[in-house]
Amino acid sequence: MSERNDDRRKFLAAAAAGAGFVALAPGIRLVEIAAAKPDNEAVTARVRWGMLIDTTRCQTGCTECVSACNKENHLGEVKKPRTDAQWIRKIDLKELKTGRALSLPMMCQHCANPPCVDVCPTGASFKRADGIVLVDRHICIGCRYCMMACPYKARSFVHEPHTDQNPEVPRGQGCVEGCTLCVHRVDRGGTPACVEACAAAGHNAMLFGDLNDPESAIAKRVREVKTTQVRADLKLDLGVRYEGI
Amino acid sequence: MKAIAIAVLWGLTFAVAHAAEPGRAPLPAIEIAKPGQCVEPKDVIRRDHMKFLRHQRDLTMHEGIRTKKHSLNECISCHASPKTGSVIGEGGFCQSCHDYAAVKPDCWDCHQPKPGQKSVAGARP
Repeated sequence: MSERNDDRRKFLAAAAAGAGFVALAPGIRLVEIAAAKPDNEAVTARVRWGMLIDTTRCQTGCTECVSACNKENHLGEVKKPRTDAQWIRKIDLKELKTGRALSLPMMCQHCANPPCVDVCPTGASFKRADGIVLVDRHICIGCRYCMMACPYKARSFVHEPHTDQNPEVPRGQGCVEGCTLCVHRVDRGGTPACVEACAAAGHNAMLFGDLNDPESAIAKRVREVKTTQVRADLKLDLGVRYEGI
Repeated sequence: MKAIAIAVLWGLTFAVAHAAEPGRAPLPAIEIAKPGQCVEPKDVIRRDHMKFLRHQRDLTMHEGIRTKKHSLNECISCHASPKTGSVIGEGGFCQSCHDYAAVKPDCWDCHQPKPGQKSVAGARP
């Protein structure tokens, strides 16, 4: 009997040590996530990728983010502006009463409750565990319901055949597509091309990061200043937020 | 006895010559630019490469798993023709076999058949 009690004590001690390790683990995890996800690990809901756009820094007439996106994802191969895919676009706003003008980039807002996913008849439009909303072209039939459902006009249909794809960004005729938050870069520990270009141009109007990590720059910023979700009334819980609108 | 020996010798010669002859059925011309070990044994990868690719594509797309072993981009970077830089086109590694088997995969409607994976610059803030 006493022997069994000893075993029991040992087991409890080991369990307690294990619990201690688990309690330590979240702190260690955060550092790991901020660095890069190992290639063989699936994305998890512990991360929620988001973007904060400071419209007070965004320059009217500057299209660095748009050209960086086009370059990275090889958009605009077919020179047909009316139908070319557009993953990010610049919008100029003006309040008529006061004349206050501002400029901002608009793209897929990476909703937590995405309407494009709700309406997709094949399951091609989906949200990854880490909050990035994507189209699985292997399943997409090009019906364009998601384009109609999106309140942000964030998706495009590819009308023409393509041959000049970036090997990491496959895209072709007959599917719907939209901003992927440069998922191929993010999975390797990078940032989206638009964010990088905005910083390189010296504007620093776009901030990318993990909204779930309290230590990340974006989480600190959204905690400190008032940020807005576009069409917050739709209760879509957006990953992209704007400051100063 | 002599006649039998001659007959056997004749038979052997014929057999050797016949073996050296190309088979009656035409075979696909597969050019291996970088000879070496594939990620799977040859008979397995020949029969099941589409299953590996399909499995990997779902993992990458939906779970962000970007291991290299069964990645299409890795196949391409190893098997692209040194002449055209591509796995499709005349004599391309993928196309020569698929033409032979009368299979038309639609990978290349979207995927780039030439290698050129970019490394990511810049770290997160």
